[in-house]
Amino acid sequence: MAKMMLREAINKTIHDEMERDKNIVIMGEDIVGGMGTAGGPEAIGGIWGLTGGLYAKFGANRVIDTPISESCIVGAAAGAALAGKRAIAELMFADFVGVCLDQLYNQMAKFRYMFGGKTKCPVTVRITYGAGMNAAAQHSQAVYSMLTSIPGLKVVMPTTPADAKGLLTTAIRGDDPVMFFEHKTLYGISGEVPDGEYLLPFGNARMTREGNHASIVTCGQLVRAAEKAADALAKDGISCDVIDLRTTSPLDEECILDSVENTGHLIVADESPPRCSLASDIAGLVASKAFAALKAPIEMVTAPHTPVPFARELEKAYLPNAAGIEAAVRRSLAYRH
Amino acid sequence: MPLSKDQLRRAYRQMKTIREFEERLHLEIATGDIAGFTHLYCGQEAVAVGVCEHLANDDFIVSTHRGHGHCIAKGCDVVGMMKEIYGRRDGLCKGKGGSMHIADVNVGMLGANGIVGAGAPLAVGAGVAARMDGAGKVSIAFSGDGACNQGTTFEAMNMAVVLKLPVIFVYENNHYSEHTGADYAVGSKDMTKRAAGFGMLARKADGCDFFAVYDLMTEVLQHCRSGAGPASVELDTERFFGHFEGDPQRYRGPGELERLRETRDCLKNFRATAKARKLIDLAELDAIDAQVMQLIESAVTQARAAPVPQAADVFEDVYVTY
Ligand SMILES: Cc1ncc(C[n+]2csc(CCOP(=O)(O)OP(=O)(O)O)c2C)c(N)n1
Ligand SMILES: [Mg+2]
Repeated sequence: MAKMMLREAINKTIHDEMERDKNIVIMGEDIVGGMGTAGGPEAIGGIWGLTGGLYAKFGANRVIDTPISESCIVGAAAGAALAGKRAIAELMFADFVGVCLDQLYNQMAKFRYMFGGKTKCPVTVRITYGAGMNAAAQHSQAVYSMLTSIPGLKVVMPTTPADAKGLLTTAIRGDDPVMFFEHKTLYGISGEVPDGEYLLPFGNARMTREGNHASIVTCGQLVRAAEKAADALAKDGISCDVIDLRTTSPLDEECILDSVENTGHLIVADESPPRCSLASDIAGLVASKAFAALKAPIEMVTAPHTPVPFARELEKAYLPNAAGIEAAVRRSLAYRH
Repeated sequence: MPLSKDQLRRAYRQMKTIREFEERLHLEIATGDIAGFTHLYCGQEAVAVGVCEHLANDDFIVSTHRGHGHCIAKGCDVVGMMKEIYGRRDGLCKGKGGSMHIADVNVGMLGANGIVGAGAPLAVGAGVAARMDGAGKVSIAFSGDGACNQGTTFEAMNMAVVLKLPVIFVYENNHYSEHTGADYAVGSKDMTKRAAGFGMLARKADGCDFFAVYDLMTEVLQHCRSGAGPASVELDTERFFGHFEGDPQRYRGPGELERLRETRDCLKNFRATAKARKLIDLAELDAIDAQVMQLIESAVTQARAAPVPQAADVFEDVYVTY
């Protein structure tokens, strides 16, 4: 075990995997940084500092600093994968999914199926996402719900440094395209990370709190908010399951359903807007598969159906938070037919 | 036609206003009072002003993430902008957009943009509208050297040529896209030749020399307003601050910033030319400097005192809420 920040865990995992497998190539904007400048290569190592040291170690054939061309970054990663390589592509902000959606949606997601299983498409697209830094409407979005709806893509969201390692390793070694969502406010959190080989299977949620009164299902940044809410409720004798989904596709249905069967109260906390969201998806799942267990209407704590606003006061009001989750649990428990 | 004294005073005032707006923001951001990502335009003033001084209120511009200069040059209210950047309720966009999304369609400013390369197609659309309106209106797409590598930019250039639209692609080559050098990311190293390859008029000038920009734009605008089709203009310029506020700028060479401030300052250049060509009394420019400082001081004071948005404002200006 070693204590490190989530950003360090990601950096180290990429280093380890590229060391282990010479077939891996990584590409993205400023992932080396300083190309064509007086400062020279490695001036930055990614704007979030996640790709530092790769260029010096693995060289220009495998660590590719690209022009600002998201369609081509993601497309080239998919093309390299078709041609037998294993690719990691970086989107500096999740919002830029909007620029390269064709390559994600019509191309890499569909190859294996559309080509009758004759090809694999081992691409990990690392994507920085989420609100909380006042980065406004085009640099703050939580687009994982949208990508979760696309058949052929796997969608992953680590919330601890250990999970970042375990899930990223699985993503890189897997044969399907993976959207690997990293919340920008989680890069600095610290935790113990297992040494050596450490892989976490997809579709395996993590129960971060256990209880009997309510089930809080969430992912990404909101896991911490859910834990905070659960801890506050525990002081009043209300105990909750907090389920960190880790991957939204595949989804650990069993974990969710088992929990709801036990508690009868479901609260889903989701940073994306409410329509066609992870929240509505899980609500649908539970309504169709565990209806009889429900003792109250399902509570969905989501961002509002608006773009992400800039001003501090507005973004704060926009983001779901611990108080909102706590109130939702209390509402659910107070519900009477 | 040489510029009149009035035109000179106006151009200088606009450039100085942008400069001081940005210099002041640099200080204010360091205090932590301003949220979010801010990209300062300082150093590139002669581009925005050299272009926009030719434009009428109903000509269109489309801007970038580094948009404050374009906004001021096109006539956005400086106090409203400052309030927006401070995230105030009566800011130009009610505090919803912030630095990267300032827009004011009433002055033909169709928006700063957080998505690099998104502007050029929008400018093509504004070019379609401009032609429908007749009367020689034009649409300008400001883009960086980094943005010019985005597929959307190529599509926009080609479509503007195909449709023979009154669109001018203004490329501000400040030699960096974030931490990457333009010579690395622009494969041909010459975006003007590349633009010419699309079949449009393609010219370049020193973007730190207001007079060079202004003169080139006289010619290029005549071409576009007369219906001869789109054009590309590459302006060699410099950014005096980091990519965003907080950028450690490790890609710069030793003494680079000092040298740029010394030799590539468009305001100093303006004064030098004004003096050499005896265009205007420098004391007049000093007087403008003093007025601009007052304006900026007042904008900051007003922005600080302005009311912040209310939580309920989140739900306004969107077609439906759930
Ligand atoms: C689609 C997209 N990709 C990447 C970014 C991140 N980004 C913001 S500004 C920038 C560099 C832009 O360079 P350039 O066009 O030269 O403009 P400058 O910053 O020099 O004004 C990058 C990569 C973005 N905002 N949008
Ligand atoms: Mg640039």
